[in-house]
Amino acid sequence: MLSAIIVLTLLATVFGLILGFAAIRFKVEGDPIVDQIDSLLPQTQCGQCTYPGCRPYAQAIANAEANINQCPPGGETTMLALADLLGVDPLPLGAEHQAEPEATVAFIIEDTCIGCTLCIQACPVDAILGAAKQMHTVIESECTGCELCIPPCPVDCIIMQPVKQETRNWKWPYPVQTLELRK
Amino acid sequence: MIRQLFRYKGGVKLSDHKQESSSQPIQKVTLPKRLILPLQQHIGAPASAIVSVGERVLKGQMIAKSDGHISAPVHASTSGRVVEITDFAIPHPSGLKAPCIVIESDGNDAWCDHRKPVDDCHHYTPEQIREHIRHAGVVGLGGAGFPSFLKLTVGSERVVETLILNGAECEPFISCDDRLMRERAEEIIKGLMVMQHALVAKACVIGVEENKPEAAAALRSAISALAVEVEVVEVPTLYPTGGEKQLIKILTNKEIPPKTLPIEKRVVVHNVGTAAAVYRAICLGEPLISRVITIAGAVKKPGNYEIPFGISAAQLLEQVGIEEESVERIIHGGPMMGFALNTLDVPLIKTSNCLLVTDPNTVPLRNKQLALACIRCGSCADVCPINLLPQQLYWHSRAKDFDKAQDYNLFDCIECGCCDYVCPSQIPLVQYFRFAKTSIWQAEQDKKQAELAKERHEFRQFRIEREKAEKKARHKAKAAKVAAKNVGADDKKKAIEEAMARVKAKKQQQEANVSASKTEPGDNT
Amino acid sequence: MQLNTPSSPHIHSGYQLSQLMQRVLLALLPAIVLYVLFFGWGIVVNILIAVVAALAFEALALLLRKRPLAPYLGDYSAVLTAVLLALALPPLAPWWLIVVATFFAIVFAKHLYGGLGYNPFNPAMIGYVVVLISFPREVTSWLPPEAVSGQVVSFIDALRASFTGILGNGIPPDTLSMATPLDHVKTQLTQNHAISEIITGNGIFGQLAGSGWEWINLAFMVGGIWLIYKKVIHWYIPVAMLGTLVLISGLFWLIDAERYASPLFHLLSGGAILGAFFIATDPVTASTTNRGRILYGIGIGLLVYIIRSWGGYPEGVAFAVLLMNMLAPTLDYYTQPRVFGRGR
Repeated sequence: MLSAIIVLTLLATVFGLILGFAAIRFKVEGDPIVDQIDSLLPQTQCGQCTYPGCRPYAQAIANAEANINQCPPGGETTMLALADLLGVDPLPLGAEHQAEPEATVAFIIEDTCIGCTLCIQACPVDAILGAAKQMHTVIESECTGCELCIPPCPVDCIIMQPVKQETRNWKWPYPVQTLELRK
Repeated sequence: MIRQLFRYKGGVKLSDHKQESSSQPIQKVTLPKRLILPLQQHIGAPASAIVSVGERVLKGQMIAKSDGHISAPVHASTSGRVVEITDFAIPHPSGLKAPCIVIESDGNDAWCDHRKPVDDCHHYTPEQIREHIRHAGVVGLGGAGFPSFLKLTVGSERVVETLILNGAECEPFISCDDRLMRERAEEIIKGLMVMQHALVAKACVIGVEENKPEAAAALRSAISALAVEVEVVEVPTLYPTGGEKQLIKILTNKEIPPKTLPIEKRVVVHNVGTAAAVYRAICLGEPLISRVITIAGAVKKPGNYEIPFGISAAQLLEQVGIEEESVERIIHGGPMMGFALNTLDVPLIKTSNCLLVTDPNTVPLRNKQLALACIRCGSCADVCPINLLPQQLYWHSRAKDFDKAQDYNLFDCIECGCCDYVCPSQIPLVQYFRFAKTSIWQAEQDKKQAELAKERHEFRQFRIEREKAEKKARHKAKAAKVAAKNVGADDKKKAIEEAMARVKAKKQQQEANVSASKTEPGDNT
Repeated sequence: MQLNTPSSPHIHSGYQLSQLMQRVLLALLPAIVLYVLFFGWGIVVNILIAVVAALAFEALALLLRKRPLAPYLGDYSAVLTAVLLALALPPLAPWWLIVVATFFAIVFAKHLYGGLGYNPFNPAMIGYVVVLISFPREVTSWLPPEAVSGQVVSFIDALRASFTGILGNGIPPDTLSMATPLDHVKTQLTQNHAISEIITGNGIFGQLAGSGWEWINLAFMVGGIWLIYKKVIHWYIPVAMLGTLVLISGLFWLIDAERYASPLFHLLSGGAILGAFFIATDPVTASTTNRGRILYGIGIGLLVYIIRSWGGYPEGVAFAVLLMNMLAPTLDYYTQPRVFGRGR
């Protein structure tokens, strides 16, 4: 009885030491998880996840403070990618979130714009050009569609427009199978 | 010597339905009043317009120049006036609109005077020939529309052993190449000779499917009449032998790996129609402004028609005669790889080789929305000419597991449709593969976009931080000054006086210096 | 004009799933006819009960899963499963045995996994194994050929036996039943009898293998070869499986013909032929690459011989198929064919 306990304790100690040594000696400087999470996020910096930008949200997920289904622009794809990366179960998206959100860009109605620069200050990716008292313009290719420029605008001259469908960025639709639809 | 032929795995035997359209000679069409010329009629970057609205143009005049290396110019198909440059529906599976130049014909069909026919291409260097072909807007007329001059370019270290002309035309219903070979064999051979000169190719072979004996005979007699060395080879009738890589395999036993051009294996393939276009570009000095198109299926006068680019499908079908009520689908291209049009108001362009009008009697279509489950029977794998496993690709594409689909070489799929054709469950396999491919491209695009946004966001944060820091520094400096002021007003007064005195002294000194000598720097002490 | 714009290709060969299943059923027909000739009408009653039950369970499962009935019932897959299952069970088996087996095949092995095409295991074999384990006595009591027992089983007899457990003249089928040739050889071998001793003079053994069985199995083979000719199945699995079985049984037979039965006996006595051409080739659960199919067939052949010779059951086709089903996805992954232009 006693000898068994001693043997097991000894074994446990030895293995523990080996493991501890290995953990230090063969430490892998891996891609920190926050970076990996961040790279899956759409980088719209929209703050709809309640965090001030994509990286803070990634940090929050890594610290298990946030759920993986809080990113509306990423939709289902991002949620599933996060679930896959973190090895957790996929979570349902909120009812107000679309599975495949439509890509949009901001557009400034130039006749209405008074050149207040408030939107320029709000844009997280510097995608709005303009100066005080001068008309502003959105650089379409840089706009992430985060809508952060809309609330500050005092004259409501910013609208969201769907990204123009061109043959270049057109996607074949997923085949419709009537037999698999619920009756 | 009879050339040894090889076989690629898979393929399907299709009933060719070519008779109805191939029995008639190529016919001309009446020139329509209005021609719509898309800026992109080829693979690569769209051309950019060089005419403006209201401008008069002549037939053969360049109206849009190529933009970038992989691009092709567009020429006016007739003389007239540019009335609009705007977005119109173009022949594309998406049915989307794209920029087009609209020409209103003046009815004169007057040629521009830029034509410079070349009687013997051997007087020119391959580079000059290529530039000429590029300028003439010649693209592959087999269906893909790759700018031809690119496929006539050899790297300095490369040698072209075999130049193949593709006259296989394996899709059912299409017979435009067949008629072209029968009627304009000499043009094709002359064009081939120009291509051979441009490529310095050692041997020329024309592959023609066995179901077109008249075409092969016409080519042979043209070859003997011109006394040139070209081999015409009859290849077995099997779909998709007209695929570039499949034809190379059959004729040379070389397999071109995915994402590589045949030239890396010392082979170049051009369509027979392209050869005829090259002939016209070089020997007649005519740019590519028309082509032969097959109209087949449920039309009153099926056959082959020589059309000016920009004529709309509606205008052409009106001349050919269709019964609108019974029409189910209008397919641009063949029934295996073509796409259905959602409107007839699309212009026909350089890549339009066929319009197939279907009604339930002439072309029985399938209802692909009633697909049953995949039972993994493997019929698709048996017929896949690329030796893929479509059943696995389907499984993963359907589940949107694109990484797995790429493990099974999704991007090697040529979308020939053989798998779809034989699937007993009638699953729209090709559409799943297209969906997967375009989704992956889009995801890559989104990823790039996200990266860019991230970079910009990070830079913005850095900028804000920096501004904050600068502000802080300024505040600090100000605070220090205020603090200094508080320490003693006398000190400050004194300091100001001292400073003023210094400035005064300095000024005097400077004035003195300037008057004394302009070259000597001022002494500050 | 309203125009449809689905993806290419726009035409189809016209070959249908139901046609494929019908051809497999047709290929089973000659063997079923011989079965009736040798063993009476019991098998027909089995098939009828199984088919009715399978269609009923299929319809029920489809209703519960809210799928349309007509296209799925019309694909003949449930019918095929039912017929294969009926062929695996002894003639004159009680009706409830067949219904239970069909229930597990259709509902558990097929629909709970998502229906046709999604089942990892062969439904017919799952149904068979469930009743084999649960009701060993009923599943192993086989009728001897009519020529041996002298008992002619008419259709009415078979029907009555199935539902009441009593044959026409009042005898329960159990008293008639005998072990199958494979079972008999196995039990005798464990009692240290030599093969020659076991076979000679026993009516259940014919010229080549089990009496009656030999011809039925040859008929299965004819049907299977027709399926290969018709390109419904590929040759890889049957040839690999039967080849392996013949090779390995031949090897042991050459070593000691008195302790190991001959290859011919292994081939034609049990369910090896039926299994090779009709069960192992079930495309849903088999490997789907050509090299994978060969490995899959070899695996089944090996397992069949191992189970028959050293396992607890006289016949191993069902277990062998199910075990190899598990391996099929892995085989597929590692036996992808060389893609055109790649890796030369």
